Amino acid sequence: MTLLAIKDLSLAINGTQILHDIELTMQAGEIVAITGESGSGKSMTALSVMGLLPQGSVTAGAVTLDGTDILQTSEPDLCRMRGNAMGMVFQEPMTALNPVQTIGAQVAETILIHEKTTKAEAHKRAATMLERVGLKVAPTRYPHELSGGQRQRVVIAMAIALRPKLLIADEPTTALDVTTQARILDLLRDLVREFDMGLLLITHDLAVVADVANQIIVMQKGRVVDAGETKHLLAHMQHPYTKALFAASTHAVSLPKAIQSAPLLRVQNINRDYPMSRQTLLGPRPMFRALYNISFEINHGERVGLVGESGCGKSTLTHAILGLEDVQGGEIRLDGEPVFTGKRPNLAVRRKMQVVFQDPYSSFNPRHRVDRLITEPFHLLETPPTGQARADAIAKALTDVGLSPGDASKYIHEFSGGQRQRIAIARALIVEPELIIFDEAVSALDVSVRAQVLDLIADLCRKRPLAYLFISHDLSVVRTVTDRVMVMQAGKIVEQGETEAVFSNPQHPYTQTLIAAAPKLPALGMAV
Amino acid sequence: MIRYALGRLTALVISLVVASIVIFAVIEVIPGDPAAFMLGVNARPDTIAALRAEMGLDQPLITRYLDWVTGLLRGDFGQSWTYKTPVSELINDRIWVSLPLAIYALILSTLIAFPAGIYAASRRGGAGDVTIMGATQLGVAIPNFWFAMILVLIFAINLRWFSAGGFPGWSDPSQAIKSLTLPAVALALPQAAILARVMRSSLLDMLGEDFIRTARAKGLSARQALWKHAVRNALIPVLTIIGLQFSFLLAGGIIIEQVFFLPGLGRLIFQSISARDLIVVESVVMLLVFTVIVVNFLVDLAYAAVDPRLRTKA
Amino acid sequence: MSRNLIIGTALTLVFIVLAAVSFIWTPADIETLDIPNKLQGPSAANLLGTDHFGRDILSMIMMGARTSIAVALVAVGIGMALGIPLGLLAAARHRSLLDELVMRGNDLVFAFPSLVIAILITAVFGASAVNAIIAIGIFNIPVFARLTRGAALPLWERDFILAARVCGKSATRISVEHILPNITNLMIVQGTIQFSLGILAEAALSYIGLGAQPPTASWGRMLADAQTLVSIAPHTALVPGFAILLMVLGLNLMGDGLRDWLDPRIRVART
Repeated sequence: MTLLAIKDLSLAINGTQILHDIELTMQAGEIVAITGESGSGKSMTALSVMGLLPQGSVTAGAVTLDGTDILQTSEPDLCRMRGNAMGMVFQEPMTALNPVQTIGAQVAETILIHEKTTKAEAHKRAATMLERVGLKVAPTRYPHELSGGQRQRVVIAMAIALRPKLLIADEPTTALDVTTQARILDLLRDLVREFDMGLLLITHDLAVVADVANQIIVMQKGRVVDAGETKHLLAHMQHPYTKALFAASTHAVSLPKAIQSAPLLRVQNINRDYPMSRQTLLGPRPMFRALYNISFEINHGERVGLVGESGCGKSTLTHAILGLEDVQGGEIRLDGEPVFTGKRPNLAVRRKMQVVFQDPYSSFNPRHRVDRLITEPFHLLETPPTGQARADAIAKALTDVGLSPGDASKYIHEFSGGQRQRIAIARALIVEPELIIFDEAVSALDVSVRAQVLDLIADLCRKRPLAYLFISHDLSVVRTVTDRVMVMQAGKIVEQGETEAVFSNPQHPYTQTLIAAAPKLPALGMAV
Repeated sequence: MIRYALGRLTALVISLVVASIVIFAVIEVIPGDPAAFMLGVNARPDTIAALRAEMGLDQPLITRYLDWVTGLLRGDFGQSWTYKTPVSELINDRIWVSLPLAIYALILSTLIAFPAGIYAASRRGGAGDVTIMGATQLGVAIPNFWFAMILVLIFAINLRWFSAGGFPGWSDPSQAIKSLTLPAVALALPQAAILARVMRSSLLDMLGEDFIRTARAKGLSARQALWKHAVRNALIPVLTIIGLQFSFLLAGGIIIEQVFFLPGLGRLIFQSISARDLIVVESVVMLLVFTVIVVNFLVDLAYAAVDPRLRTKA
Repeated sequence: MSRNLIIGTALTLVFIVLAAVSFIWTPADIETLDIPNKLQGPSAANLLGTDHFGRDILSMIMMGARTSIAVALVAVGIGMALGIPLGLLAAARHRSLLDELVMRGNDLVFAFPSLVIAILITAVFGASAVNAIIAIGIFNIPVFARLTRGAALPLWERDFILAARVCGKSATRISVEHILPNITNLMIVQGTIQFSLGILAEAALSYIGLGAQPPTASWGRMLADAQTLVSIAPHTALVPGFAILLMVLGLNLMGDGLRDWLDPRIRVART
């Protein structure tokens, strides 16, 4: 029997058309994935099904859940359906829970709102449900005491407490680490089977889609461009956009061969300790060790990857290499010189390295123009170019990254996310450093943009020998842009070696877990 | 929780110590010879000497400070030069006007502001919201002592519902409360306007949070989500404002007492300033500052009651 | 531009113009007393009536605007000049002893409401407009310091600050080049609000005799003089009261309007 049928759904918010003629049908026990890049309208489609569209929304068409047209249902009736007939899980587990209520109370609330039952009974059922979603902490805990993965389990428990017929999950694993993601996806799959629910999964991650969905809907700019049963769709991609999307997700760049050369960066036995808050009122501060005895080298012109999950010490290591913070034990030298020189930075060392950050929206001072933004590293030079030389340097840096010299006089808000990452690369390149640190530099980008930026990086390597440290949680990206890779877990480097060797034959159990947990896309155009 | 409370308590003690040093320095060190200052230019040398001896000015500074502080701890605020009575008696006669006035005004302000702020937030952009926000705009701009004068003009002089001023004492509590009502309203309304605005904007912030969307997805109506999830979270910034307002109400009370001829700390402090009775000024200011610091400490404890994150962190 | 901004700016400008004109011309001389003509209601000769000394109230209001604006403006200046650098410094050295000292110092000043500071100052130095400025100004310092620190701290977490540090820039230089431009709007909006609070505080201080002393005209003193006369000549109390109300309302509307116009995400503290 059809569980959910979306027919000709169109949506306009304050006069702007967001969705055009969306069609979708799904059965109980089925997992349907809606995928597409940002702005494709996939989240709005999900919110239409929940009847939780923002103010000023005008809809047309029909969204029929189990015989009831959501779009024609009154708000009080919708309240009776939400949490009961349909539940929803959101992307950001860190903010999805009320910080001042215990997790047990928040799950029990779903039950209390819809059923006439005692508080004690609801709390008992909530505890059972929390156990069912695999949470091993007491229901009397508060959200801030839980990790992201644990909080997402609480949100799931809340959504399924009354065994709804339909569960909507909007990017439920995007904010989570890959191993946690794998466990949450397993949980969702189990729940679908056990409760015979329908699961509408919204995700940008095609590998996840291919892994778990029975049916795929591909959306672009508010329209469904491709849809079908997963195996069939992957085997016979009809729409050029679907093809492009999948091609971009598995995009591999061609790096020039690395030259054999001398070490550039030498990290030797470093430790990094942070003071934590005192346990007793006036007692000593206990220390937290973020980095344990880290040692590695990067040669001139060598491309090295660093993978690991959040909290493993990647950013601490970045700060230490950049010379922004001192280390406790060991030393870091760039071209033979120590990178940390106390309060006064050694500019001669600093100008040999630059960094590109993850978030294209927070990487730039919104009040400065592009020319001022990308020339900031000139501060490191003894005689920064002025006048025509400066203008030439700006023009060259912008053209090198595929932008036009005319962009120099614009403000950063005039650029898209991908363009901003290009500007960030231009800023890093303008002093021609020996080493660049890419700190999750493509993680926030849509797949097609990500592919372009990766190509740009490979291109730059072809123009001149460039050494970089590429930090990412995304194994497939690291695999394509690096010669050598290091795997980091809880402040230690557990494995390092040639990229291909590590990926095809991982030695350390953690590396094996990571690689196994990462969802993989089947090879293009082949039947799965 | 105990660690948090102890931490705040330490901060409270440090604040009190530093505040007492500042007050002592301003009153007893900056004027040079406080005794000569208090008696004015025409004082006879033997009167000055007598006052110097009484104030213990021949003692070193540090001894004088410690004597003053230990005296305060014992409830001994010194001897007023002009009234010739212990300052503690002077304060005791008057604090039972000033403190009830501030508390009365705080209660009124909260009782007005909470419903107004919550109502405005729940009807965002509607007629009720616009009206309330317009009224608070006026409330924020109105000087409270002028508002007090207008209240006297309308309710005491024209309508004769209340007396225009004075205080009958606490022997008849209902009369006492009645005579504090106009002053409390004058103090409370401008503060209520501020508080209602903070309540509204804090609530609107909370209504935009992800956990409200989660609550809506559970099946709570917009109104239920507001009451069950947004209000308690919105209280955290509101509590800060309530704490700050208490000090404003206490200080503002000093001015309002002038309008209503109330025999409170305000009257005492102004008479002491014009009589140059530094001993009284010093003690009353310390008392006001003490009250403000203690109230802020209580607000810090209230935070922990509202916000579990504070209970487990340091 | 919103309606708030237009109305608010217009109201504020009216008082600034009145104050400015008073330097060259007032309808009547307020230093000569005209007792027979006292407590007159509004007339052609005295548009807003006369006070208990027979002085022209409109002229008094114009002179009083001068005092109010001068006191409040200088007090905001003191608060900004000291508070913003302190806030920037505390944010740049977050969690250091210095940060802790600045914040605890702020808490301490907050324990002394401006009226209490004024009482302390006048008890020792006597009452004057200058002492009113100092009392209000001291109170403004922690307001700006706290706001600056609060706005600067999240900025220090942003990647563009990290990028500047990678380029070897010092904390001071980053504060000036990167932090300050990003909090200017906030400071302008809060400055307007503190200006309006300064007008209110000045009126309160001069009402209880701790502010500007005669013969300097001030709105608060006009209200103090009018207090016993309110039943016989209500205009003597109503006119200065409305002057304060309108000026403060104008500044507040302007502040709100500026906020919406410059950056709707700005949060101001209003206590």
